[in-house]
Amino acid sequence: MKKPALLALADGRVFRGESLGAEGEATGEVVFNTAMTGYQEIMTDPSYKGQIVVMTYPLIGNYGINDEDVESRRPWVEGFVVKEASPTPSSWRGRRTLDEYMREQKIVGIQGIDTRALTRHLRDHGAQEGVISTEELDPERLAAKAQASPGLIARDLVREVTIRAPHGWDEATWDRVRGYREPPAPRFTVVAFDSGIKRNILRQLVSVGCKVTVVPAFTPTAAVLEQKPDGVFLSNGPGDPEGVPYLIEAVRGLLGKVPIFGICLGHQIIGLAAGGRTYKLKFGHHGANHPVKDLAAGKVEITAQNHGFAVDPDSVKARGLELSHVNLNDGTCEGLRHRDLPVFSVQYHPEASPGPHDANYLFHRFADLIERAKGG
Amino acid sequence: MPKRTDIEKILLIGSGPIVIGQACEFDYSGTQACKALREEGFEVVLVNSNPATIMTDPEMADRTYIEPLTPEMVAKVIARERPQALLPTLGGQTGLNLAVALAEDGTLDRYGVELIGAKLPAIKKAEDRELFKEAMQAIGLEVPRSGYAKSLAEAREIVRLVGYPVIIRPSFTLGGTGGSIAYNPEELEEAIRWGLQTSPVGTVLVEESVIGWKEFELEVMRDLKDNVVIICSIENFDPMGVHTGDSITVAPAQTLTDKEYQLMRDAAIAIIREIGVETGGSNIQFAVNPENGRLVVIEMNPRVSRSSALASKATGFPIAKIAAKLAVGYTLDEIRNDITRETPASFEPTIDYCVVKFPRWAFEKFPEADQTLTTQMKSVGEAMAIGRTFKEALQKAIRSLEQDRWGLTLDKPLGDLEELRAKLRIPNAERVFVIAEAYRRGMATQEIYALTRIDPWFLENIKEIVQFETEIQSAGLAEPAVLRKAKQMGFSDRRIGELCGTSELEVRKIRLGQGIRATFKMVDTCAAEFVAHTPYLYSTYEEEDEAPRTERPKVVILGSGPNRIGQGIEFDYCCVHAAFALKELGVEAIMVNCNPETVSTDYDTSDRLYFEPLTLEDVLNIVEKEQPLGVIVQFGGQTPLKLAVPLQKAGVPLLGTSSDAIDRAEDRERFSALLTGLGVAQAPCGIAHSLEEAQGIATAIGYPVLVRPSYVLGGRAMEIVYDEEDLSRYMREAVRVSPDHPILVDKFLEDSIEIDVDAIADGERVVVGGVMEHIEKAGIHSGDSACALPPYSLGDDQVERLKAQTKALARELGVIGLINIQFALKNEQIFVLEVNPRASRTIPFVSKAIGVPLAKLATKVMLGRTLAELGFTEEREIAHIAVKEAVFPFVKFPGVDVVLGPEMKSTGEVMGIDRDFRKAYVKSQLSAGSPLPTSGKVFLSVKNRDKRAVVQIAKRLAEMGFNLVATPGTAKVLTRHGMSVEVIHKVAEGWRPNIVDLMKRGEIALLFNTPEDGRARKDSYLIRRTAVTQNVPYYTTVDGAQAAIGGIESLLKSELEVQSLQEYHARP
Repeated sequence: MKKPALLALADGRVFRGESLGAEGEATGEVVFNTAMTGYQEIMTDPSYKGQIVVMTYPLIGNYGINDEDVESRRPWVEGFVVKEASPTPSSWRGRRTLDEYMREQKIVGIQGIDTRALTRHLRDHGAQEGVISTEELDPERLAAKAQASPGLIARDLVREVTIRAPHGWDEATWDRVRGYREPPAPRFTVVAFDSGIKRNILRQLVSVGCKVTVVPAFTPTAAVLEQKPDGVFLSNGPGDPEGVPYLIEAVRGLLGKVPIFGICLGHQIIGLAAGGRTYKLKFGHHGANHPVKDLAAGKVEITAQNHGFAVDPDSVKARGLELSHVNLNDGTCEGLRHRDLPVFSVQYHPEASPGPHDANYLFHRFADLIERAKGG
Repeated sequence: MPKRTDIEKILLIGSGPIVIGQACEFDYSGTQACKALREEGFEVVLVNSNPATIMTDPEMADRTYIEPLTPEMVAKVIARERPQALLPTLGGQTGLNLAVALAEDGTLDRYGVELIGAKLPAIKKAEDRELFKEAMQAIGLEVPRSGYAKSLAEAREIVRLVGYPVIIRPSFTLGGTGGSIAYNPEELEEAIRWGLQTSPVGTVLVEESVIGWKEFELEVMRDLKDNVVIICSIENFDPMGVHTGDSITVAPAQTLTDKEYQLMRDAAIAIIREIGVETGGSNIQFAVNPENGRLVVIEMNPRVSRSSALASKATGFPIAKIAAKLAVGYTLDEIRNDITRETPASFEPTIDYCVVKFPRWAFEKFPEADQTLTTQMKSVGEAMAIGRTFKEALQKAIRSLEQDRWGLTLDKPLGDLEELRAKLRIPNAERVFVIAEAYRRGMATQEIYALTRIDPWFLENIKEIVQFETEIQSAGLAEPAVLRKAKQMGFSDRRIGELCGTSELEVRKIRLGQGIRATFKMVDTCAAEFVAHTPYLYSTYEEEDEAPRTERPKVVILGSGPNRIGQGIEFDYCCVHAAFALKELGVEAIMVNCNPETVSTDYDTSDRLYFEPLTLEDVLNIVEKEQPLGVIVQFGGQTPLKLAVPLQKAGVPLLGTSSDAIDRAEDRERFSALLTGLGVAQAPCGIAHSLEEAQGIATAIGYPVLVRPSYVLGGRAMEIVYDEEDLSRYMREAVRVSPDHPILVDKFLEDSIEIDVDAIADGERVVVGGVMEHIEKAGIHSGDSACALPPYSLGDDQVERLKAQTKALARELGVIGLINIQFALKNEQIFVLEVNPRASRTIPFVSKAIGVPLAKLATKVMLGRTLAELGFTEEREIAHIAVKEAVFPFVKFPGVDVVLGPEMKSTGEVMGIDRDFRKAYVKSQLSAGSPLPTSGKVFLSVKNRDKRAVVQIAKRLAEMGFNLVATPGTAKVLTRHGMSVEVIHKVAEGWRPNIVDLMKRGEIALLFNTPEDGRARKDSYLIRRTAVTQNVPYYTTVDGAQAAIGGIESLLKSELEVQSLQEYHARP
């Protein structure tokens, strides 16, 4: 039998299960993700810094862990919760089991719990702090620990995931035969702020002809403009956008000076830089099946999502940003476009990985925007 | 886009009788479509020849035509109804082929009918393999390398390029009919011959084998704005080489990384766009090389399919309903998700459980058939199970099959390792159980994988189950942690009992004592992200039960489980009516069933749906939770009936006729006493517990006798034996007789007329629903014989006597609900053969024929209403006549004889309805795929006893201008009566051309062959088999032949007309 483990939520709800991965204790905001595939990409997505992820699909680890499907240099989830982790994965690319990987990477997890009950609880009572432990098995004491943990509001988690120094990027998107391809010859230069950037964003950017310089999230406006980039990209990232005032400040200085495309946290930063407001969602959007309508085209795309905060579109209307994409499930803002400036952003993840590729056109839209800006 | 306003009337075509490859799923899809379109205010005209469907209920459409599904007949419906549009994608391959035929022959243009959903070019592009291949290449997708052949020489040329093994796929056939695999030149020759024969256009695709690759399916939906969503991914447990209908399948896909899954998703979206299916659901199959992930496209169904039904049930997303709405102009984002109510249908369902579908085969009915699983589908039904893990879902699926198997156990012991390896290597119905056995014998996953090519992930899960069996054995029942884990892995109480040497109920008692009870979770399309409003539930052993019982009065209806021969859609029809009736009474209807094809498992049908196995354990879990007023066991066939006594013992109230009455009808001795008490005659009979006893009884009552095991449905192992030698053989080969399993021996009433009567009773009043006279004489299972309602040859006084006996029996038994009685009429004497105080297979047929929903009324009666209150106090007199004909799966089973007998072999039924019996019969034959010719050569070959009858038949044929062909014996008799006959050789005589040659040359238009009984039958076997493969209409009984001739006579006088049920049933 595996070692027992406990998951306690800040509101006192406790789940008993078995240890998965590393032993020890992990604290974070507990959120659920409804994607049925892509656990490896999810674990390595820096946006999950500060969070414990519950996979709603009960059978996780079926195809193991491979060397390719990583979205950053390491896993970032604070903890990982599954119903059943496969001890015997099967895939032509698989190299090790989920459990082995989590041990190696020191990720604390729990398995064998009623993840659906947990999901329903989070849905009804909201995402909240929680602790997984293989050490403290007293439910009340563990719940008290969860309650005492700081939460995400106004915390700067970006600083913990961003890089220290700028670097380039030369890996394009994946295919079965060649793996990550060689990028085409670059047509323009782009500075990409790394607030926890997913590699597939970089792969997409180079695939549409960008020569990318990745810079730390704390890079000031002047340092960016110095490089005279053709475009600026604002990445996804963890936590509350209001926790990164330096980034908001930098972006405010860039608005109108260079074409800008933002994804997820980058989208929220644009909203805040323009003078708008963001707010926390009850349990966020984390999954790969969210319908988003492109209001200009009237078409629906199925999108990958991972965010706990959203921009209030009314707060930016007067600042020149109009709603371009809307979530059809709950009507929240999924995209903004500036009426006059070459600036647009989406709340969801057109780079997918994991998730559907429906919104891939946005990278081409960015390339076109840059091209037009250059030409005009 | 809002719905279209330029169309008002839409024609829907159903899929006809239940056959292998086309079952209840198209009743489910058609019914959903009817409801969806009428909800939107469209007038719906429906054509379907299958009376056992919910979709052909007169309330479902504005005009319902139970007419043959041929282009000519549907054209007549179009001419009469003038619909503006035809929705071709919801009636299976039959509906789609008909739509194509009507488009191509100009009918649709002539009447200005628009194809909606999928246009002709899209259908052709998807269905024509050559066009499909070109389309795939155009969008950069790979398909297996292949070529088209119209001859063996062409096929050999292709094989030279792609190499063995190759897959042979005939164009335009259903369920893979005629498909096969060839590993060498000899097999190629046979495969090509067979394939060319079955393809209506005489072409086959010869294709690079991807046998052993992983097989996947995606269910795709598209709207007129080009929004595309994937509803469900399905991974086949059995790799390529086994038809997906014969594969265990799992949803969602289990072993694809997101990168690989998304490439498949991209491919599916590109395919539906390239093929140009405008709206609705399509099914796309892929193969993936497990070594390197290479993805090839196998095929696309540009219509709702069996897998769509499965995907709908697996996710809660109603594909057919949404497809219908998309076809009339809505876009996905304009349609609401019924389950969440707040979110739109333009999303991709995500699930938080695992679904396993397990096929159910009927090889016991066709012992001569090759049981190897290939690219041609052979299963007759399927069960689906939902669990939180694959292990749990698999084990639930196994017990859902109702094959007296409670875990991963073998039916009969296997021999040495060599036999075991062969059973692993060659796909067969037992394979998953053999895998478990292999693990028990210590075989490694690697070796099992090498033999089966089943993905190791699935194999390892089976291994975990097998290993846990040992743990259960050693822990016994004392260890709650082990017991809980066992339940979480899906072990049934019965299997745990087997392992621990105790009974199912003892295990139940102990685990309930330990607080281990089933919890119920919802199927909600969204993994609990949103609140669900439709209680569609499955059981599992988790922490939280999320479906508290309501305070309303409620009734549980037990469904009929997977389709099988003898128990199919007819019983599902009755269960659905029970749910409708309960809703009308304001009682909460709770449905329990595990067949994903059915209307009963639509979350719309009942107030609460439990998608669960129909075993005592699983039903008790539900009943204990719901505390219903009672349980209905009358409607689901043998499945719930078997549970009646154990449920009652467990204190569960049963509604309707008492189980004591059921026992009086089923227990032979009590039954005889009942009949004697009423002064009703019964064929002499006895019960034998040994061969000697059987011989004694047979000698006493006189041969021929009808022998069968007690308690069977569908005439399993039932035979007529003519002498003592025959009886010994039967007792030796067909059954295992023992004191616990006695054999029933009845005097066989040769040449008697059989009659079925269905009636309804409320405890006091009995009203006869219908009296059906069988076309074939006694000796053919009632499910296999054609019958007419009202009787076509009986006198009024005879019918009155039958009704009087029915009423007396129903009253004596205190029937509350339905009763079916089978009678035989011999020399003016009426014998009672069987009394079934429950819904019979003929209930939907009778209901359609007389225009009264008997099952619905019966449900209300069971809940205490009287027939007087319900306004059904008198038998319905009808001015028309309805003929039911059975449909057989012989074409799928090479090597199986087609002669009918007391064991049921048909999979489905059709109905012909007209004001003239002969026309109704012609329609029934046409619907059953046997169009009667009006000219040509008729071949006659009859057994000695029928020689007299054949003279009359031949005379009438000759008078109608048919040419007669006969074998020497029959020819001699006919010549003696002054007819000119062409004499043809029997096959056994060795001379050519023989009769089979003539048939293959297409020279025979009609065939009458009544074979000798017993061993002599083999001589004429090839003739009958050829009739099946060559699609020559054939009759193997004199009665059938006579009815056919009457039909031909009427056809020569005037052509067939169509009329809707609503018109037939209009009351002045």
